[in-house]
Amino acid sequence: MKSVYFDHAATTPVDRRVLERMLPFFCEDYGNPSELHRLGREARLAVETARSQVAAALGAGDKEIVFTAGGTESDNLALFGYLQRFEPGHFIIGAIEHPAVMEAARALNRLGWAVDFIPVDEYGTIDLDAYEQAFRDDTRLASVMFANNVVGTIQPVAELARIAHEKGAVFHTDAVQAVGSVPIDVQDLGVDMLTISGHKLYGPKGIGALYAKRGTRLTPMIHGGGHERRLRSGTENVPGIVGLGAALEIAVAEMPETKPRLEGMRDRMAAAVIGSVPDTMYLGHPTERLPGNVAFTVRYIEGESMLLQLDTHGYMVSSGSACASGSLEPSHVILALGLGAEEAHGSLRISLGRENTDDEIDGFVDVFPPIVEKLRQMSPLYVKG
Amino acid sequence: MYTDLVMDHFSNPRNVGEIEDADGVGQIGNPVCGDVMRISIDVEDDHIADVKFKTFGCGAAVATSSMVTEMVKGKTLGEAADISNKAVAEALGGLPANKMHCSNLAADALHLAIQDYLVKSGREAEVEQILKALPKEHEHSSH
Repeated sequence: MKSVYFDHAATTPVDRRVLERMLPFFCEDYGNPSELHRLGREARLAVETARSQVAAALGAGDKEIVFTAGGTESDNLALFGYLQRFEPGHFIIGAIEHPAVMEAARALNRLGWAVDFIPVDEYGTIDLDAYEQAFRDDTRLASVMFANNVVGTIQPVAELARIAHEKGAVFHTDAVQAVGSVPIDVQDLGVDMLTISGHKLYGPKGIGALYAKRGTRLTPMIHGGGHERRLRSGTENVPGIVGLGAALEIAVAEMPETKPRLEGMRDRMAAAVIGSVPDTMYLGHPTERLPGNVAFTVRYIEGESMLLQLDTHGYMVSSGSACASGSLEPSHVILALGLGAEEAHGSLRISLGRENTDDEIDGFVDVFPPIVEKLRQMSPLYVKG
Repeated sequence: MYTDLVMDHFSNPRNVGEIEDADGVGQIGNPVCGDVMRISIDVEDDHIADVKFKTFGCGAAVATSSMVTEMVKGKTLGEAADISNKAVAEALGGLPANKMHCSNLAADALHLAIQDYLVKSGREAEVEQILKALPKEHEHSSH
């Protein structure tokens, strides 16, 4: 049976060209970048080259890039690293943030910080009025994700950053899902901090970065030998850093080809699924969404069942149902769109990537309606109309 | 995360459907939690002559429903009443810990079907005797 991977928002394969660039740094050029001998200097050069690649991809300066162990650490460094310099006050996050921001915010809340969660509309776009009104005199920071991992909605980041600055706060965005998929220029956006993860853009797992605009003062969370301009101690993950730099360089170079191709497949798949299966609803914004994200909810059946049935046919997808999440709670993102728990349980997310083909889309469109029909025949909630 | 037997029952569920004019019907769970199971039975000579299920829910919910219908067919009402959710999970080779609460209610639905049959056939007095531990309304601590 053929295997079709449609879960690129969860993680991506490492691009073989990226792996080739990483391999020498395991067994041959394995030096510690802090050392002065030849192997140390070569490792340092590799790290700084990757830093320049990441900076160039974002329109940032080299000194504005801090390497971390991934998106979650970058988000934590942004929120804790920035806010802990102050006496507890107030900050703002979006209602559909990734757990890396959501849980960091709750932890800060337990330390005495007040936090407001800004609601989204039915498409997952931040309510700009509620956002603007949420700022207080003691609001230090606002954090809103660039693009949502579940429903793919892209936020008006430049506008959100502008409002935050007007109100005297800094602005952070978790751009893990967006970097490498859509054009991002930190100067144009005006953001102060931006989170990147390697494994979402065909780089390795266990590496990420935080863009922190020059002058954004952060307190380190991990203490030690003072690596990464004292912001993140610990011997650099040289192969990972090299991989992140290479992956981002490739993603940006190929974006003019991949982005429109993915958008075409996305829209074709969405139209085919919604058109052929009754009682389905497209989730997220119709146009302002990630190039590879197709999210919808299917009534009367449950997401994990769909996911497992698709898996037995070779299609790997994701669901926001409580069962699939393992938490017993349906996705907070889908509930925030104003849908009920029942609809959240029936949600499915397909996230396309650059190795997917038109044939794979066609195959899915063929296989999916009979799966829905089989599960509906089994469902006590379904009365055939 | 699921055993092969769970996946087998999920992929090829046994006894799917609804018995028309069933002697007893039991339903448990609610769509908000993500699991609803409905079991219908026909009873002859105090034995389960036929049983069918319909389930809205995850892989474990479907597999436990399918398994309980296999376990119960031909059994006496008393034997059927003694089948517990735990026994169904064990018959499937176990379930992931997070599936034991919500998705493992098939035996409860069966017991409600037996109760329904007893009440309908004027044997209400026997309910407590046959069904020692009637399922309670399914509740979530976290909702």
